[in-house]
Amino acid sequence: MDDFFSGFAELFTQYDVLGAFWVNIQLTFWAALLSLFLGTVLALMRISPIASLQWAGTAYVTIFRNTPLTIILTFTYLVLFSQLGLSLSENLNTTFYWYAVLGLAVYHAAFVCEAIRSGVNTVPVGQAEAARAIGLSFLPAARMVILPQAFRGAIAPLGNTLIALLKNSTVAVAASVATETSSLMRTMIEFRPDLMVAIFLLFAVGFVILVIPIGLGTTWLSQRLAVKR
Amino acid sequence: MSSSVLFDAQGPRARTASAIGNVIAAVAVLAGLAWITSVLYEKGQFAPTLWQNAVSAEAWQFYYLPGLQNTLRSALFATVGAIAFGVIFGIGRLSHNRAVRSVSGVVVEFFRAVPVLLMMIFFYMFFSAQAQWISDRPFAAVVVALILYNGSVIAELVRAGVGNLPKGQGEAGLAIGLTRSQTLRSIQLPQALVAMLPAIVSQLVVVLKDSALGQIILYPELLRSAQILSSKEQNPLQALVVVAIVFIIINWLLTFAAHRLAKLLSSRTAGATVEGTGIGNPTAAGGFVGGGPGPTAT
Repeated sequence: MDDFFSGFAELFTQYDVLGAFWVNIQLTFWAALLSLFLGTVLALMRISPIASLQWAGTAYVTIFRNTPLTIILTFTYLVLFSQLGLSLSENLNTTFYWYAVLGLAVYHAAFVCEAIRSGVNTVPVGQAEAARAIGLSFLPAARMVILPQAFRGAIAPLGNTLIALLKNSTVAVAASVATETSSLMRTMIEFRPDLMVAIFLLFAVGFVILVIPIGLGTTWLSQRLAVKR
Repeated sequence: MSSSVLFDAQGPRARTASAIGNVIAAVAVLAGLAWITSVLYEKGQFAPTLWQNAVSAEAWQFYYLPGLQNTLRSALFATVGAIAFGVIFGIGRLSHNRAVRSVSGVVVEFFRAVPVLLMMIFFYMFFSAQAQWISDRPFAAVVVALILYNGSVIAELVRAGVGNLPKGQGEAGLAIGLTRSQTLRSIQLPQALVAMLPAIVSQLVVVLKDSALGQIILYPELLRSAQILSSKEQNPLQALVVVAIVFIIINWLLTFAAHRLAKLLSSRTAGATVEGTGIGNPTAAGGFVGGGPGPTAT
């Protein structure tokens, strides 16, 4: 048992485990911000009365929801960088990092859009009718009446999307981000195959610790902020 | 539906405004697409040979189809395994034995929270070091990781499915003298399984998408074969587009099937049929099935 714990201590001193988790958390943070923005715009497009916007929003969601994230992230690295030479920074690692953020955001925006749309569905039709009756047109009605309630109704699915995003940030390795957890775990197992199981548990438990509070938090929030009807 | 919440039949003024907006929006969307196209054109991505090599008969014969076969093979094994895992641990979570219930709960919550990729990499390296008798170790790693994650999601679906049944069903079982586990097995579970069938079909989308993670441990699935093709032909954009389209079509068909199934089965069970979300996250099942017992969102 002593060996087991000293093994853990050794791993922590030899490898920057917390740093790798921090990279995933940062990736998640930026991708979450970007996908929340993009997803809200897409949701607005899908619920708007303008047919071409509806069509574009639906096409976006259908395409990105059904494409594996691995393809999107491989695309950023192999195509945007290698083929098209779109460099975001002098520093290669920074470029790959922001590509990963972009890929994660583009993919999860489709799910954010659907989460918000499911929130819109919780708003009774009468509210929209009332909004129109007092003379609000589409955008003011959406902004002042529908969306504030829709976001409250969307907290649980948005939380699910956030958890998925956090876990999916490990796929950033497909966009050549070499400092995040899945890359580090692989390196650690390569050099310390004797501690293989301990290394896996270390990372797995790390994610459990990150994910469970998000789940509990968003459940609590969604119940607290639920519009009582 | 959502689109009708915000507006209803439009009058003449709103119709004109919508029509104008429609044209402007269409022009804006097309302009965006045209801009992307022009950038790609300048970079020479529309060179005919690049596309020809990406859709040629040889590309399909030697790269895409073998890759697709491997993708479908891993998805098939993973789905069968995940359903077995899910039913066992789903029943475990509903058990009246506290120990069984908590062990199942820990297993399910654990495997839902751990990224599938971490599991895949771990099992790949674990099998390589400890189980060299397994001949196809990348395949085994992909399948085991997918079973553990998707099995846990299905376990939650089982639990939520049973939770969504009318209470009277269980009470009736007890009233005619069945034990609680008999009631679960012979009355509640069959109905819950019917109700969750569409959600399982949706979950297949997740299995298929996640099988593309196998590329990272060099399992020769569809994405991996596209990469090999593109390093030979220097056409990653074209090869990835072809592969993405294949995935989109298969997954879209599955989503459509889940939708039809949900409609079809809604009259066959007392529980609510749900399509599931196909999102690939630990909480979608609990969160969306809704009304399931317990803290469904963790």
